[in-house]
Amino acid sequence: MPRLTVAKTAKMLVNGQFVRSESGRTFEAQNGLGQACLASRKDVRDAVRAARSAQPAWAARTPVNRGQVLYRLAEMLEARASGFAELISRESGLTKPRAKREVEAAVDRAVHYAGWCDKAAQVLGSVNPVSGPFFDFSVVEPIGVVAVLAPSASPLVGLVSLCLPPLAVGSTVVAVAASPMVATEFAEVVATSDLPPGSLNLLTGVKGDLAKTLVEHRDVDAIADADGDDDFRRVLVSGAADSLKRVRVWGPFDLAAWHSPSTQGLDWVEAFVEVKTVWHPVGM
Amino acid sequence: MSVAPRDPVGLEVPVESGFRWEYAPAPEARSIVRLRERYDHWIGGRWVAPASGERYESIDPSTEEPLAEVARGSAEDVDRAVLAAREAFGPWSRLPGAERGKVLFRVSRLIQERSREFAVLESMDGGKPIRESRDVDLPLVAAHFFYYAGWADKLPYAFPGRTVRPLGVAGQIVPWNFPLLMAAWKIAPALATGNTVVLKPAETTPLTALLLAEVLEAAGVPPGVVNIVTGFGDAGAALVRHPGVDKIAFTGSTAVGKEIQRYAVARHLTLELGGKGANIVFEDAAIDQAVEGIVNGIFFNQGHVCCAGSRLLVQESVADLVLKKLERRIGTLIVGDPLDKNTDVGAVNSRAQLDRIRSLVDAGASDGATVHQPACRLPERGFWFPPTVLTGVGPSSRVVREEIFGPVLSVLTFRTPEEAVELANDTTYGLSAGVWTDKGSKVHKVLAGLRAGVVWANTFNKFDPASPFGGVRESGYGREGGRHGLAPYLEVR
Repeated sequence: MPRLTVAKTAKMLVNGQFVRSESGRTFEAQNGLGQACLASRKDVRDAVRAARSAQPAWAARTPVNRGQVLYRLAEMLEARASGFAELISRESGLTKPRAKREVEAAVDRAVHYAGWCDKAAQVLGSVNPVSGPFFDFSVVEPIGVVAVLAPSASPLVGLVSLCLPPLAVGSTVVAVAASPMVATEFAEVVATSDLPPGSLNLLTGVKGDLAKTLVEHRDVDAIADADGDDDFRRVLVSGAADSLKRVRVWGPFDLAAWHSPSTQGLDWVEAFVEVKTVWHPVGM
Repeated sequence: MSVAPRDPVGLEVPVESGFRWEYAPAPEARSIVRLRERYDHWIGGRWVAPASGERYESIDPSTEEPLAEVARGSAEDVDRAVLAAREAFGPWSRLPGAERGKVLFRVSRLIQERSREFAVLESMDGGKPIRESRDVDLPLVAAHFFYYAGWADKLPYAFPGRTVRPLGVAGQIVPWNFPLLMAAWKIAPALATGNTVVLKPAETTPLTALLLAEVLEAAGVPPGVVNIVTGFGDAGAALVRHPGVDKIAFTGSTAVGKEIQRYAVARHLTLELGGKGANIVFEDAAIDQAVEGIVNGIFFNQGHVCCAGSRLLVQESVADLVLKKLERRIGTLIVGDPLDKNTDVGAVNSRAQLDRIRSLVDAGASDGATVHQPACRLPERGFWFPPTVLTGVGPSSRVVREEIFGPVLSVLTFRTPEEAVELANDTTYGLSAGVWTDKGSKVHKVLAGLRAGVVWANTFNKFDPASPFGGVRESGYGREGGRHGLAPYLEVR
């Protein structure tokens, strides 16, 4: 009898732990890849609590250290490139070359944002020439906890493109992945990349349901989506009204756009910072 | 109103030595303002009567006398204004930036020329002391137009490596505390970036915005580029729900801000909302300067300031001293005629606001707060509230949690810097904060921990067109002023 291969159980990443949904529920992943975790409202709340607890320490890291951690993430992704490409191809049905490109673009994106960590503050901050004897400057600070709703068009680059900009500037993330098996694999990359537990939490499940919990959660500061659906944007914005959280919606983008530099850059970082202006008198 | 005895909290130093400086009245002449009997909306470069024919009176809150009849805007008026703004958008946005800039420079100059007239009208319509409208509001209004005028042809330098384009029609809703200044904060960046505007002034303070229409016309702002619809909340709601509006910029209360986020149709939204600013005084502060800062922080503009330092957090070791000095200083504030150049604290903007202030202070008193108010004679007519300090309050008291938007300071004490930061952040708001200490490294450590969009260190309530202003958390989002203030009016790619 031929040897049975050992299949991987799909898991989510919450507070640095690989967990299944506390509800015990699962759903069928695409293309017969098995059962994926169906995150519950409680899972969302656990993830938000983890992200909130992890945020101050992550923000307190030196910017260059955050950059090194994100660069390490790129290293870990690259090391698993071939396995990722095969999984992406199987789960999302992308052709082999496209799946390969998907992984390469994700690695490059991580390198891109690794470099922003110690530069965003300089580009987005300012010294303000006020008319008076004051030293006046504006600095950017992390927005806090960001909820990411990963786009469906790109299983890996889309997820990475939304998670890394907030991490680069010291926020922490609760992400709802679009492709659960790729997300499980990505969770292993995250767990071995020196990102502190809780800084990036990955959930799988029904986007619309989880979005509702996230958008109403008072400990989430911002919500990001990149499917570009205007009706869904309206749902997010009005749902977020009671806690006045920031909502940012990009897209929609096709796979080619996700693989090009047009879907990265300062704009994505800027969405996850708050500007603080400081005045101090100048005098003897 | 029911107020506890105004015995100064166990003060050993007498607050009043019995001597009080007497000031002869020094009223600014009202005659410089030529009011019309009735005002229409300003739409498409013309005065347009309200579709409903309805008008209301704008009154002087210091006398309750009517000043003029103002158009009461309806959804139909808003629709006309949005249409005019849409028509004007194409040509205005295609105008070379340098030309748009020149128009705005002229606006700034014309405001400077008529600045006294604007200042007097602002004080008549809103109740703020003439010294503030003359020396703070109007200079900042002119400066704001002058500042953004210069950006109009330099937008690519503000966002290097990225492309920008204007959003279209901006619906702008402004409050009654700084009526003309808030209109300037909104109109100047919108126009510099090539957008057109429908402005809805607050119902109690429409008159300076209507006078601004004259200046805009004289400066050569093309018809339809700025439209002004006066009226109440229903006119604002019509603007927020209008499908022809691309951007909503709102300054006002957090409650209304939430409603706007819930219902806004426009894709772009910025909100500058309420606050409950903490003014933190450490034992190593220059105490006399800090006391001036506390007074400026809460009694400037009758406390009708979203970024007011309405919670005083004072270190225990100096609390008695600070409160004594504060009480003495408050005893010297002159409350009265907004047009009198001696006046420090003018009239409360409206009866509704006065009622709100009274009910919150009453709630504070019944929560056990001690109410301190100086002896001052308040005019018989009009809406007045004396400068007030509340001690003996806890962090959960309503007067500590809710924005009072009046001349009322709630005092808490702390022992350690960590406790001060924790207390300061113990609010759903995040607009402003103040830090008073002579130790530089402490300033930076403390301000880094404060969740606020603006931090004043060893100063308070300073504003400048070059300085980005705005909040975090439930104080809203988006920045006004500075390079950052351009972004809310542009699509940046």
